[in-house]
Amino acid sequence: MRVNRGNGNRTLMNAKRHWELYLLVLLPVLYLIVFKYVPMVGVQIAFKDFNVIKGIWGSPWVGFKHFENFFHSPNFWLLIKNTIGISLYSLIAGFPVPILLALALNEVRTGFFKRSVQMITYAPHFISTVVMVSIIVLILTPHVGIVDRLFTFLGLPTTNFLGVPEYFKSIYVWSGVWQELGYASIIYIAALAGVDPSLYEAARMDGASRLKKIIHIDLPALVPITIIMLILSLGSVMGVGFEKIYLMQNPLNASSSEVISTYVYKVGLVGANFSFSAAVGLFNSMINLVLLLSVNFIARRVSQTSLW
Amino acid sequence: MFSKNKIKEPLGDRMLLIVIYIALTAVMLVVLYPLLYIFSSSLSSPSAIVSGKVWLFPVDFSIKAYASIFRSTQLMMGYYNTIIYTVVGTLINVVFTVLLAFPLAQRTFPARKIIMIFMMITLFFDGGLIPTYLLVKNLHMLDTRWALWLPGALSIFQVIVARTFFQTSIPEELAEAARMDGCRDSRFLVSIVLPLSKPILAVMTLMYAVGHWNAYFDALIYLRSENLFPLQYVLRNVLLLNAADPEMLANTAQKLRDQGFEQALKYALIVVACIPVLIMYPFVQKHFVKGVMIGSLKG
Repeated sequence: MRVNRGNGNRTLMNAKRHWELYLLVLLPVLYLIVFKYVPMVGVQIAFKDFNVIKGIWGSPWVGFKHFENFFHSPNFWLLIKNTIGISLYSLIAGFPVPILLALALNEVRTGFFKRSVQMITYAPHFISTVVMVSIIVLILTPHVGIVDRLFTFLGLPTTNFLGVPEYFKSIYVWSGVWQELGYASIIYIAALAGVDPSLYEAARMDGASRLKKIIHIDLPALVPITIIMLILSLGSVMGVGFEKIYLMQNPLNASSSEVISTYVYKVGLVGANFSFSAAVGLFNSMINLVLLLSVNFIARRVSQTSLW
Repeated sequence: MFSKNKIKEPLGDRMLLIVIYIALTAVMLVVLYPLLYIFSSSLSSPSAIVSGKVWLFPVDFSIKAYASIFRSTQLMMGYYNTIIYTVVGTLINVVFTVLLAFPLAQRTFPARKIIMIFMMITLFFDGGLIPTYLLVKNLHMLDTRWALWLPGALSIFQVIVARTFFQTSIPEELAEAARMDGCRDSRFLVSIVLPLSKPILAVMTLMYAVGHWNAYFDALIYLRSENLFPLQYVLRNVLLLNAADPEMLANTAQKLRDQGFEQALKYALIVVACIPVLIMYPFVQKHFVKGVMIGSLKG
């Protein structure tokens, strides 16, 4: 605020006074330039025919060739369908659960029970993807895994769950819900903790029931943060996590588990088809960005809440 | 004070509360059961696992699987590498994050806005897998430890959280008073801000450390030499590709192998892989809740 009142001279003095701050940010800014901005420029590889000897800059331009190849490839619609399908499924199944958990926990008075629920439900978040997928595989192994034994116990046929394409999305999504529901609820719990206690007192004076209180005080309090989280999740619809899907994939379920990120990895790094793979990746990020911007725009129009 | 006037809760409210308690208990059990099952299986005999006797508690208590894990040089190497990646990587992360977040929190810092925008842009656009890989390759960092430390040296999310903390928890008067006394910015950061920021530093360290401990993807794309592989990469080979280190199976009779010793080994491996995080977890659990809350306040 003091800077605003001053003129150019003042700003210069300010800059001199803060030379140490400039020195401090130097390293991180250098990091951002090298590891974030250089790859952004490197995206041009998607419009070139990459040649290892000539490098990114020396390789010849080919326009949208790689994009066209991708659009016409037989995999195109399958990849789009799987990517959006898995992502929307995760969103619809996983989004409401943490909110419900936060609302329920908010009704419980602080104590041993509440702390136990929180501690236990947060824990799976810290399990690594490799271990998580191993757990899924072990639990679902035919004959030995606990789920299949339960099936046998109930008289259902033995199934190789991870080998059935139709099951893949559900296994992926619900194991994700299991792993993240507790941790994802933290942000909503924080929002509920910020509600003015006088609102609850007033509601009690007016004779509102617990349910009414949840509907008329808690839910409206969660609206802004919910919209923010929704924008963020919709903005990453095309960015389904690579690691977990890649690790859960096998030849049997490939028809429903191949998504854009796994495809980019396989074609690009395994197949050394750099330019084509980069084009697929760029196409994916562009859709993501457009989605994020439009959802943010709509949210701002409808609810006055947005990311910026 | 008003306890005498406290009205007994109406029936509907008590019913709702009962439903909530039941639901929360159910959720807790659903989350807990698989973890308990894996732990119990890891302590059961292979034959008990294969014949499906384990449902809740260990059957035919046995620590053979654990014993053979510690024979595996591959795995011990993985452990050793992961510790190096985690310690050095987290140190780099925390230093970089503070170096960026502290100046961004100083309201009088002229370049604050432009650096903020410069930083936020990287959240929305990024080069993607291939250009990043080629960069790491051109920097000659392929198949070196640097590939696991430098490309992810900073998380923008953590910078925002730390900046918000510095802004909201360190009073501006403190900075002014310090400057009046001739305290330079760097001195202010080291002697005043950092000692006051222990909670946020703890949360940040945990988040970054868990990230390094669990990281697998970077090793997959950047590393080729076996002696550099982190734990998660070794785990993936053993657990998912069924490529167990022969040393783990040494001294194990063929008959025992047929009875599902490898299965028992996997359960034990999962437990061993999770132990460090599980030990840390109870100590920092309440801190990270605070950390997310600080982050969610937004600056």
